[in-house]
Amino acid sequence: MASLDRVKVLVLGDSGVGKSSLVHLLCQNQVLGNPSWTVGCSVDVRAQDYKEGTPEEKTYYIELWDVGGSVGCASSIKSTRAVFYNSVNGIILVHDLTNKKSSQNLYRWSLEALNKDSSPTGVIVSNGDYDREQFAENPVPLLLIGTKFDQIPDNKRNEVLTRTAFLSEDFNAEEINLDCTNPRYLAAGTSNAVKLSRFFDKVIEKRYFTRDPSQMTGFTDRKRFNFKSLHYD
Amino acid sequence: MSFLVDSVIMFTSQVLFFGFGWLFFMRQLFKDYEVRQYVVQVVFSVTFAFSCTMFELIIFEILGALSSNSRYFHWKLNLYVILLVLIFVVPFYIGYFVVSNIRLLQRQKLLFACMVWFTFMYFFWKLGDPFPILSPKHGILSIEQLISRVGVIGVTLMALLSGFGAVNCPYTYMSYFLRNVTDSDILALERRLLQTMDMIISKKKRIAMTRRQMYQRGEDQNKQTGFWGMIKSVTSTQTGSENLSLIQQEVDALEELSRQLFLETVDLQATKERIEYSKTFQGKYFNFLGYFFSIYCVWKIFMATINIVFDRVGKTDPVTRGIEITVNYLGIQFDVKFWSQHISFILVGIIIVTSIRGLLITLTKLLRNPSDRHTNRPTNGLL
Repeated sequence: MASLDRVKVLVLGDSGVGKSSLVHLLCQNQVLGNPSWTVGCSVDVRAQDYKEGTPEEKTYYIELWDVGGSVGCASSIKSTRAVFYNSVNGIILVHDLTNKKSSQNLYRWSLEALNKDSSPTGVIVSNGDYDREQFAENPVPLLLIGTKFDQIPDNKRNEVLTRTAFLSEDFNAEEINLDCTNPRYLAAGTSNAVKLSRFFDKVIEKRYFTRDPSQMTGFTDRKRFNFKSLHYD
Repeated sequence: MSFLVDSVIMFTSQVLFFGFGWLFFMRQLFKDYEVRQYVVQVVFSVTFAFSCTMFELIIFEILGALSSNSRYFHWKLNLYVILLVLIFVVPFYIGYFVVSNIRLLQRQKLLFACMVWFTFMYFFWKLGDPFPILSPKHGILSIEQLISRVGVIGVTLMALLSGFGAVNCPYTYMSYFLRNVTDSDILALERRLLQTMDMIISKKKRIAMTRRQMYQRGEDQNKQTGFWGMIKSVTSTQTGSENLSLIQQEVDALEELSRQLFLETVDLQATKERIEYSKTFQGKYFNFLGYFFSIYCVWKIFMATINIVFDRVGKTDPVTRGIEITVNYLGIQFDVKFWSQHISFILVGIIIVTSIRGLLITLTKLLRNPSDRHTNRPTNGLL
């Protein structure tokens, strides 16, 4: 297994939305028993079968980087966090369905992560404001996950779902709503599992199989490795 | 007529303070969270408004504004309301929210909240025993009892706060304590951090691969029945799982290391920012203030120790002495008593405000920290 084969997906979101539980569920297929505050960044690895069921099936190991903290924290923490945003292949944005502010903060999170990646042809930001066009042609695939789905009372469910639908339109991303303490939501065959698989497949595809030199010149190291890794396939 | 005017003035100022407290609550304390129970916000704003009104009344007292009748009336009104809120409402709600968080006691929430409140009242009452509060002029259930107890707690808290402020203030502002941090230090640390993360990832990949192989082999082995198959399965899984637990231990150690490195990097970045800030004009100004206040605090501590040791009652405080000296030696003419009172009042106020600010910042950092499921936002707001 070449050490240059790296697929890196960031898991971003406010403090306490359930990123660590989510990552644990995605990677170990088990519920996290004792969630505690994430200091810095915790990484976990998920085995993903690319093109499952076809003869070209191959197992990739996707790294999920769960970066802790809040958007409004000290700038020293922000600049340290920026170290983790290098050469990202996909972003999972996590928000808490019971807390509207966490969904609003997702715009700031995505800007923070994508700004770090910006190099000469990267995303252009107009003084920190959210700009929808930059997400339409965004090279990095996004996935929106809403947690604590079970804690919404039934009468509020529709309102919450419409809100998240708007959110996923804004980000041009798929959305999944689940409860991190219940593996049933991601059981094989559910639409959530299908969306998840599709997202990871898209990430792997963009990482390995698109070699358009006009795109993303910021990820110069990826371009070099892309050719090498083809031989290992 | 003047009473009405004064009341209107007081009322508008109270409403202003209430609005300010509301905004502060929304913007600063609960910036990233939704407020689900508005009771907490209301109680907070009410307490804030009435405390500010008390402060305002004291200032009016010193300045001599408004007629004394209306001042007296408002003072009493204020006092009653604050005592009511402080002693009855807030502890009750704190008890209520704490109890509602504990899942066992969900049924009898109110009952347990009342029990908690009675315990609080008992300790509150006991607090007054060592002090000579009970006097024959006033009965036992009078307002003086409550005020004196609140006063005891308040004075202790103030002393603690000013002590905290005296130490925290110079440490935060003075550049004497700043180490020298260069960019290359930070870059080196960041590189180490990323290397540690890479090591964690490669180990986790090995664990995942081994587990996957074991799982697949396990499936094949389920097909193998019989004695021989069972022995084979025992030996292979044993080495496999031993290997796994070893790697898992290494991963845990590496994760701890990565956390430490991250915290160190954050620390260095913060120091670097402080160094940059201290070079600006504002930074220099705060540095100077830091020196000034630290000398003042040290002097106060010194005088307090001498007074306690030599059992001497301090007649005048340093500010008054300083002003007396200037009047005597420099011949500047101004009313000593009037100004000294104001200046020392202002100085003490500044120290208390900065220490409260420092304490509140530390508190909000502490309260923002635990984000596990059992954090109770309303309790934090009430506290």
